[in-house]
Amino acid sequence: MKLHEYQAKQVFADAGLPVPDSELAASVDEVVEAADRVGYPVAIKAQVQVGGRGKAGGIELVDSEEEAREAADRILGMDLKGLHVDRVLVEAAVDFVNELYVGVTMDRNEGKPVAMVSTKGGVDIESVAEETPEAISRVHVDPSFGMHPFQARKAVYDAGVERDVAMDVASVLTTLYQLWDDKDSTDIEVNPVMITSDREVVCADAVMNIDDDALFRHADLREMEEEGDTAQDDLEAKADEYGFDYVRLSGNTGIIGNGAGLVMTTLDLVDYYGGEPANFLDIGGGAKASRVANALDMVFSDENVDSVVFNIFGGITRGDEVAKGINEALESFDEIPKPVVVRLAGTNAEEGMEILNTDLVTVEKTLEDAVQRAVEYADTEADK
Amino acid sequence: MSILVDDDTRVVVQGITGGEGKFHTQQMVDYGTNVVAGAVPGKGGQEVDGIPVYDTVSTAVDEEDADASVVFVPPAFASDAMFEALDTDLDLVVAITEGVPQQDMARVYKRLSETDTHLVGPNCPGLITPGEAKLGILPGNIFSSGNVGLVSRSGTLTYQVVDSLTQRGIGQTTAVGIGGDPIIGTDFVDALGLFEDDPDTDAVVMCGEIGGEDEEEAAAFIGEHMDTPVAGFIAGRTAPPGKRMGHAGAIVSGSGTGTAESKISALQDAGVPVGDTPEEVADNVEDLL
Repeated sequence: MKLHEYQAKQVFADAGLPVPDSELAASVDEVVEAADRVGYPVAIKAQVQVGGRGKAGGIELVDSEEEAREAADRILGMDLKGLHVDRVLVEAAVDFVNELYVGVTMDRNEGKPVAMVSTKGGVDIESVAEETPEAISRVHVDPSFGMHPFQARKAVYDAGVERDVAMDVASVLTTLYQLWDDKDSTDIEVNPVMITSDREVVCADAVMNIDDDALFRHADLREMEEEGDTAQDDLEAKADEYGFDYVRLSGNTGIIGNGAGLVMTTLDLVDYYGGEPANFLDIGGGAKASRVANALDMVFSDENVDSVVFNIFGGITRGDEVAKGINEALESFDEIPKPVVVRLAGTNAEEGMEILNTDLVTVEKTLEDAVQRAVEYADTEADK
Repeated sequence: MSILVDDDTRVVVQGITGGEGKFHTQQMVDYGTNVVAGAVPGKGGQEVDGIPVYDTVSTAVDEEDADASVVFVPPAFASDAMFEALDTDLDLVVAITEGVPQQDMARVYKRLSETDTHLVGPNCPGLITPGEAKLGILPGNIFSSGNVGLVSRSGTLTYQVVDSLTQRGIGQTTAVGIGGDPIIGTDFVDALGLFEDDPDTDAVVMCGEIGGEDEEEAAAFIGEHMDTPVAGFIAGRTAPPGKRMGHAGAIVSGSGTGTAESKISALQDAGVPVGDTPEEVADNVEDLL
């Protein structure tokens, strides 16, 4: 789960981090009212979860009501890298002289969190990491102990942060680590931390991602997730509802399978045999018939899909349950929307084959044959 | 021979009274696994299909001489179950549970480094030495005994490859599903090292996927330390950056680390043939033997 900037800023403010005054607004009038309360100049910032909002025109600095109206009118409702902007954050502008990067993430190779500080803030940290890796200081933290204060200081001094603000920046890092730990975050970063001409330290942006697997113990964050409605599009929202691991892609061969590695492999094979995968959909282990039917419904909801390949290798998933689900889903149509190719192997595959209504689907014995057949069908359908 | 498990392995099942735990214990016993005990807090003194249940893992170890555990405990309690298992100096802990919070796992990983125990998983199908024992949820009937080792981040992909091998008459020493999470116990390098030291393993199949750098590290290890030939496969060539492909660990980062290309070329540079399809992997194994 990704928090919106306004949500992360709220979490930051509650933890005592220095964030600029701000208010959320959903209409031009609300923007103007918010700007009056916050005080000009203000930044009007689109609340969508994409990188490079500023460059794409999603952030504007304004100095008067007239400018605020103009900017709000333009940003609200705009399409930012495919996402609709329906809310903006109206935030007191910060008069800064310097920008830093401060963040904490999980280093999966080390199996422990790493805190990072850089004096090259305000730009994409991943490109800094690539071009000038020495410009980022890193300190690994023992997750059982948490971050020692000296580690925060070390990260800040090693990065070359100016001495007069170093202790304040270290204090920001300490609090960020605490939040990372308390909220089961996977990544937390402030880019930029601004240093003002008065030598104040301000968290001007806020990125906070939460481990979905830990949401069960964070009722407050689950509430934020609902309120933020972070689904990328209708299909992904539907996948959330059904509880599928689903990723939409741009091709026309729909893919359903069990197990992440095998589904990824099926996608790769579609590509290998000259087709284009429309999606990744993992029904998980031990799926019952109704779940299988939901999966077909899901993939048929994508209007780009011209054919579907169903690839099941049963371990705890049973072939007969899968076959039942496929029959149920397809028998509910007067006409099958798009051709479906099925390959069943593993547990109860033979029982499944007997049940499967072969008037409605094409059956193939091997994964390779099934994929090739589905790609062929997708090509034929696309030409229609 | 085999790695990690054989017919002498004495297994305690943590979470044996739950739905999954009960079902898969039965399956393991049917396969011939020596399941000697269950451990579930508050359920000590009960029996599940004749298997005695204890309140703690340490009692199960003391009373039944267990040397391995399989964890079927829900995600919220899974790290505690792993800590408990690691506290008893078992040789092997296999965590099947999917959805263990990452920070919990980081703490378990730290604890693991202080022990000599092998942890397999979490979020894995377990491991099997065909004809001897299986610890986990793999479908035993597709495996056959032989001389090829297998290590994989994915369950069903393992089944796919094993099926191709078995149908060609190529059996396995041991197959290990190491799991699809970002932080896992036994990784490719650990498993490859064990196979290298196993005199009966004549070739190894390694099925990797996008995300992280484990496959790159494995490639370096193969190049420097392995005489046993390895055949590779990498899933996720078509995965877009920034999207989690089912497994929590299967994600290409925005900056482009963890890609299939990087892993494939690292393996190829180490002399590992990487198949484009699972069938090609089986072809490559045939050539290597």
